[in-house]
Amino acid sequence: MKKILAPEITKIVADLCIQANTVLRTDVLDALKTALRKEKNKRSYGILEKIIQNARIAKKEKLAICQDTGMACVFLQVGQEIKIAGDLKKAINKGIEIGYRKGFLRDSIIKNPLLRGKPAYQPAIIHIDIVKGDKLKITVLPKGFGCENKTQLKMFMPTAGIEKIKNFIIEVIKKAGADACPPFVVGVGIGGTADCACLLAKKALLRKLTTNDQRPTTNNQRPTTSLEQGLLRDINKLNIGPMGLGGKTTALAVNIETYPTHIAGLPVCVTISCHALRSASKTL
Amino acid sequence: MTKIISGLLDKAQLQNLNVGDEVFVNGIIYTARDQAHKRLVEVIKNRKKLPVNLKDRIIYYCGPTPAPKGKVIGSCGPTTSSRMDECAPFLLEAGLKGMIGKGIRSQEVISAIKKYEAVYFLTYAGCGALLSKCVKKAKVIAYKDLGPEAIYELEVRNFPLIVAIDLEGKNIYDRLNKEAIDIYLNKIH
Repeated sequence: MKKILAPEITKIVADLCIQANTVLRTDVLDALKTALRKEKNKRSYGILEKIIQNARIAKKEKLAICQDTGMACVFLQVGQEIKIAGDLKKAINKGIEIGYRKGFLRDSIIKNPLLRGKPAYQPAIIHIDIVKGDKLKITVLPKGFGCENKTQLKMFMPTAGIEKIKNFIIEVIKKAGADACPPFVVGVGIGGTADCACLLAKKALLRKLTTNDQRPTTNNQRPTTSLEQGLLRDINKLNIGPMGLGGKTTALAVNIETYPTHIAGLPVCVTISCHALRSASKTL
Repeated sequence: MTKIISGLLDKAQLQNLNVGDEVFVNGIIYTARDQAHKRLVEVIKNRKKLPVNLKDRIIYYCGPTPAPKGKVIGSCGPTTSSRMDECAPFLLEAGLKGMIGKGIRSQEVISAIKKYEAVYFLTYAGCGALLSKCVKKAKVIAYKDLGPEAIYELEVRNFPLIVAIDLEGKNIYDRLNKEAIDIYLNKIH
């Protein structure tokens, strides 16, 4: 049985925190560059240029891409044939603490949500999936709250139909508007229970972005691909644009994840990421 | 040509700023976000002395990351302005003339901007690394216990701004996504 020591996990989590916060994901950077090429609105073009320039500076100088270095969300895929020696959750939170301090990232986490008080770096939000095999995959997604605050869950009637769901997603985007730092990446979770739909939406943000120009061929399309493409087209007609100042680029991508659900329900969660969608992974 | 303003906004400078203008600020600005605003409003309500003189000053809605070694400040982009909407009119009444942030403002803030003749600016959201290049000096001057939410005095050079609401109350978001804003305002009011 493969054995992984807790301190090893701590070190990896610390490194992933710094990597995610200072090096913008290549798929996100590519999507921004694609958007820049298409943007006709002069002001929006200028803002997109600044966003790309910001990512370049952050990487070169090891600075946080955004001052909101988020609440660290950690996703683990633990192969069932692995033995982890030590306290896994403690190891993760220790990694967050070390990584955030070492990377000069922001302490944005308060212990008591009601009493508030002085901020700290952790705890993280930890999601653990047990999977087949003997690998351990660790992903860190630092989630900023300008966009997290715009998340919405709606429990639809099972007979609601696709149009109502599309309208809901569009309404969430409109309400997010300038506040949530467009251009967005939109994560949608459909199905399961309420909590499951929210988690699916968050996990959708981890999937590699594909713009409408670079979709996979018809034989390996996901069942939600055409829905994602249609929604992206509709969202980019809203004229919200970078910083909410207009233009063609309101979203870079829409990622939908689904799960079986109950005959009596149809949960839909829409979560938004700002243009600084940050995550980093490592597999052991 | 890009206009240049100072950190002390007199009437002549304010009158020269029109919605949509791209502006650079040179001089001193102060950071303050949610918890600092809550405290400042308490001080104003209790008629105590403010830890910073707000007269003609600019507040930047920002909670920077710590400064790495050899740097003045870390990443320092704007946070969502609407969370400061309830507090902003009190600060404007106390003499504040400029606010820098991201996103839209409430009708109450727009009215207060007109009444007290102030300006609301946007700066580049999610570009904290880029903006850190415009900060020449930074020090905490109040509420150190709030960590990143403390009030920092920043000396800035060519810090880029866009006039979002001018002193006549003209709003950059009015002529753009009007529908989106209406939906948003219905939701929060």
